[in-house]
Amino acid sequence: MNAFYALFAVILLLLVAWVGVGTVDLYSLFGIIIPYLAFTIFILGFLYRIIKWAISPVPFRIPTTCGQQKSLPWLKSSKLDNPHNAFWTIIRMALEVLTFRSLFRSTRAELREGPKITYGDTKWLWAGGLAFHWAFLIIILRHYRFFVEPVPAFVLYLQSMDGLFQIGLPVLYITDAVIVVAASYLFVRRVFIPQVRYISLFADYFPLFLIGGIAVTGILMRYFTKIDVSAVKELTLGWINFKPAAPEGIGIMFYLHLFLVSVLFAYFPFSKLMHLGGIFLSPARNLANNNRAKRHVNPWNYDVKVHTYEEYEDEFREVMKEADLPVEKE
Amino acid sequence: MYDAGKIIIGLVVFLALVSYPIWYDAARGDIPTSADPKIVTAEKECVAPTDYMKDSHMDLLNQWRDDVVRKGVRVYTAESGRKFEMSLSHTCMDCHSNKSEFCDECHNYAGVNPYCWDCHIEPEEVQQ
Ligand code: HEC
Ligand code: HEC
Ligand code: HEC
Ligand code: HEM
Repeated sequence: MNAFYALFAVILLLLVAWVGVGTVDLYSLFGIIIPYLAFTIFILGFLYRIIKWAISPVPFRIPTTCGQQKSLPWLKSSKLDNPHNAFWTIIRMALEVLTFRSLFRSTRAELREGPKITYGDTKWLWAGGLAFHWAFLIIILRHYRFFVEPVPAFVLYLQSMDGLFQIGLPVLYITDAVIVVAASYLFVRRVFIPQVRYISLFADYFPLFLIGGIAVTGILMRYFTKIDVSAVKELTLGWINFKPAAPEGIGIMFYLHLFLVSVLFAYFPFSKLMHLGGIFLSPARNLANNNRAKRHVNPWNYDVKVHTYEEYEDEFREVMKEADLPVEKE
Repeated sequence: MYDAGKIIIGLVVFLALVSYPIWYDAARGDIPTSADPKIVTAEKECVAPTDYMKDSHMDLLNQWRDDVVRKGVRVYTAESGRKFEMSLSHTCMDCHSNKSEFCDECHNYAGVNPYCWDCHIEPEEVQQ
């Protein structure tokens, strides 16, 4: 059911943009105001979420021990999986972010006849997730061609690598195919694995459909319905020079794409998509395991009012003596 | 805020990445905000309606390429009934002989770099 709601939500969004631009001609609303608003919400919301996380204390190191801790010099420690200093923690973090090492290690539990529990690996999830994220990243980096003038060299390089097979004209981008296949896999997995379906919420399906919708509208516009890319770049350069003007010559498909992107950006800080920032703040990943080497004081410890034995004795010495209790000081 | 130094570095990197186009373009000053391809031919019309050419000339070229290389058809009949030889270097570049001010003008602006000229001959341009 959740999946259907999410699908309807995305279809509804498409209809809104379709009616708004296609029939009511609200070019400035959908081409300028909503994108600006969405981007502002994205930036402010993102900062807000990060700062909110940053003011929650992390009382002590939470190492996930996937290897031998650093201890005595003659015991070989696992530097990457159980880092003891900032350097190795950064390496662990970088590999986590770039290659999803934790996901690679994750297992799946299954009840077999017996009933016996068995663990298998979930390398498909890892591969699908990694493909999805990398394709998404490369597509976004390629989009810088609309925003930067002259187009930076790294974008041209990415484009030529992405279009390496030179299939058709305009050249087919490998990432376009990959993102559609990977997003479909991630969706199908949620629907077909009963346990995963059971825990899947609207908030899981919605971003998936939203990004799927963005990818499909983008692909339709590049390869099939066609748009005037020069006109699009006039619009986007208008945005970033703060002299926005919405040319009318751009096809409806562009506005569908743009509206879904705007919704995605505005929704981002309030959704699970914040794992973009959150991954860097995961205590189990970003802290060196030096619990035994260094003293970490709980930051929210308040000053405890202690009454030491000496003070106690000072206070009650006379009474204690009368009752023949031993005292330390006369 | 705990670990304020590191958090702020992270946030600055994030802001720098997302706002990169704004300050990059601002730093460069006056950037062209539109492409301005120059038509040098005396002809009035392209091989297809201008709107179609703007959006879809690569589709047309693809079509021509397939027709010539795979089907051996070399003649294209335009909507107006006029016949053209389906050829990149001849037909297109006969009328649009100013490649660097026409094709490249748009392509640099949009950041595309067609690989056709690896094999096809570019028109020789008169230096002005
Ligand atoms: C009005 C601007 C404009 C002019 C003039 C123009 N092009 Fe293009 N061309 C584009 C744009 C924009 C694209 C990229 C479209 C996209 O990315 O979807 C493109 C893409 C192409 C492609 C596909 C490239 C690829 O790698 O996908 C070819 C081939 C091409 N143009 C050939 C030509 C030739 C040859 C000329 C000159 C006779 C020419 N174009 C003139 C704007 C223009
Ligand atoms: C008979 C001469 C002629 C031939 C052949 C020709 N063109 Fe054109 N082309 C023109 C003229 C003239 C215009 C300007 C039309 C106008 O202003 O409405 C034009 C316009 C264009 C435009 C739109 C430019 C703009 O201002 O946005 C593109 C893109 C284009 N041509 C590409 C091509 C390609 C690619 C070919 C080969 C398939 C080709 N032309 C063949 C004469 C020609
Ligand atoms: C590997 C070299 C090579 C590349 C790269 C190449 N072509 Fe060609 N092309 C050929 C050859 C060879 C022919 C056949 C010529 C003939 O039979 O007249 C041809 C024929 C064509 C034709 C029809 C005949 C003619 O004279 O133009 C078109 C149109 C064409 N190519 C377009 C393109 C476009 C557009 C691109 C870039 C996206 C491109 N080609 C890239 C080698 C190449
Ligand atoms: C979350 C962000 C976005 C995603 C995931 C996304 C995805 C895509 C995809 C997959 C394509 C297909 C072609 C390609 O890969 O280049 C595409 C094309 C396109 N996108 Fe986006 N997009 C995003 C944001 C934007 C924004 C903000 C704009 C505003 C200008 C935009 C404008 C376009 C245009 C004009 C095309 C057509 C390009 C062409 O014809 O070559 N996209 N997009």
